[in-house]
Amino acid sequence: MNPREVLPGLVLLAVIAVLPLVASNVVLNFLLSSLIVALAAQGWNLLGGYAGQLSFGHAAFFGTGAYATAVLQIRYGVNAWVGLAVGIALGAAVGWVIGALSFRARLRGSYFALVTLAFAEVLRILANAADFTGGASGLLIRLSPGVENLQFASRAAFLWLLASAVAAVLLLTAWIAHHRFGAHLVAVRENEDAARALGVDVLRTKLRAIALSGGVTAAAGCLYAQNFLYLDANIAYGTWISIEVLIACVLGGTGTVLGPVVGALALHGVGELAKLALGRVAGPVPGVDLVVFGALLILAVAFLPRGMMAGLQRLTRGLAR
Amino acid sequence: MSLLRAEGLSRRFGGLLAVDGASLEVPEGGLIGLIGPNGAGKTTLFALLSGFLAPSAGRVEFAGADVTAEPPHRRALRGMARTFQIVQPFAGLTVRENIAVGAYLRHSARREAIRSAEAVAEEVGLGPMLDGQAAALTVAGRKRLELARALATEPRLLLLDEVLAGLNPSEVRDIIPVIRAIRERGVAILMIEHVMQAVMNLCDHVHVLAGGRMIAAGPPQAVTADPRVIEAYLGHGAAARIAAGSAHA
Ligand SMILES: Nc1ncnc2c1ncn2[C@@H]1O[C@H](COP(=O)(O)OP(=O)(O)O)[C@@H](O)[C@H]1O
Ligand SMILES: [Mg+2]
Repeated sequence: MNPREVLPGLVLLAVIAVLPLVASNVVLNFLLSSLIVALAAQGWNLLGGYAGQLSFGHAAFFGTGAYATAVLQIRYGVNAWVGLAVGIALGAAVGWVIGALSFRARLRGSYFALVTLAFAEVLRILANAADFTGGASGLLIRLSPGVENLQFASRAAFLWLLASAVAAVLLLTAWIAHHRFGAHLVAVRENEDAARALGVDVLRTKLRAIALSGGVTAAAGCLYAQNFLYLDANIAYGTWISIEVLIACVLGGTGTVLGPVVGALALHGVGELAKLALGRVAGPVPGVDLVVFGALLILAVAFLPRGMMAGLQRLTRGLAR
Repeated sequence: MSLLRAEGLSRRFGGLLAVDGASLEVPEGGLIGLIGPNGAGKTTLFALLSGFLAPSAGRVEFAGADVTAEPPHRRALRGMARTFQIVQPFAGLTVRENIAVGAYLRHSARREAIRSAEAVAEEVGLGPMLDGQAAALTVAGRKRLELARALATEPRLLLLDEVLAGLNPSEVRDIIPVIRAIRERGVAILMIEHVMQAVMNLCDHVHVLAGGRMIAAGPPQAVTADPRVIEAYLGHGAAARIAAGSAHA
């Protein structure tokens, strides 16, 4: 593993972890929601960034994680930590199933992206209709703070948990990027025929990627549920999360170790600032963050086609000269 | 015993029989040429041998095992490596990373894979380009990269599809010894080639494919003098005209 690649990320997360000591609740809420998106985006990055299989439907995994934790606790009295583990496993399983159906059918590019979107939408509609998911009125997880319940009286403690999860996936991603599996992912992204000729089992590589990706994004969903203690189908399986993880990765740099984290923080940071600034001038403007997300995506594609991480590298190299 | 044995391979594309009952053998350590006019079905035959296309009929045996139904990555694991006539680099990666993908087939640890990739790069003359982007290579460089990646899988058999095409004469002269050295290490080679200088120079034995069929086989000198081969390249009656022409002279 290349320490130069993960160190800035770990430092960033350490800084975030000490912020609760000084920062206000507004900042804490901002960090919590940014890190949940960052974690979900790290999942997207493994499949979309490294393996090159673009997904428009990562809500399918996020929602599965969120619902698994909530339903297990509420309906079956299962411990929240067990719920988290089951949620991750179910997210991986949903990923594997979507992958098995679409990769076996040789779906690629925009066809694959649309199929993932369709899966997420079907799950959203089912969750909205079924009884055990609470239907349209959603699910409320009973408030009972305590480490054993994966609930924390202080926001800071939850932030530490989230930051550790993001750090763990950061290390996992860096490890993968420097091993055979990572080389196979990238080979599949760059040229499937060439990969196959060199002995890469393309189908198996993609299935592993989507299962891993689904598991990581499902973990973000689980933690979302535990943080807000409420969810419904439009939150858990909503297109908002599919879009945010995609933009975070594109903004930060797809297929880079730090890209999703940097992208998610930048995305949410600018979104929040825009809300604040406009709120001062014109009162609350609903949906302004969506406009900002769109504008950021356009700017990123136009000026940072390889993301902020590549842009930063160019900048530091330029300064060093 | 032959390392590769193809029997009665056929492949149909709609109404076109691109390969029609072709058979060939590559002995352990041999260097065999496959020549034939454009559109003869050579590349298609390679795709059948390496598993990229399923044959409509016939079978492929590699090292004594029937591999006809095996996907390409399995055949690679058995020791069959191919290059592509239309080069297929991993364009976004460096030369080192490109070759390492091949090396990972036999070396699961990164350190060993990279070391082996670098050794292969030296062998084919890509040493100085290791850190460069694959997309920035010249045509000759890309052909070497195809060769290097395949070689990095440590194959028993290399299938080379026109690795010399598009190179200038001095580049061809540079790469011929590389191919000979690979063969001298005991790797069997089956090469599709249009550059006759190379075929004459390198091959023990040559097969000629025309219209999907094997029309001749033998030592390079004999095959290139075979009237059926001359006709396949130059058209019906060409051999007779050439013979008549030299009789007049
Ligand atoms: N995928 C394909 N679909 C349809 N026809 C094909 C395909 N691949 C090759 N062919 C046809 O098969 C014939 C043999 O092609 P090819 O094997 O590339 O010849 P060669 O390599 O000897 O020049 C050509 O007529 C070509 O147009
Ligand atoms: Mg060809």
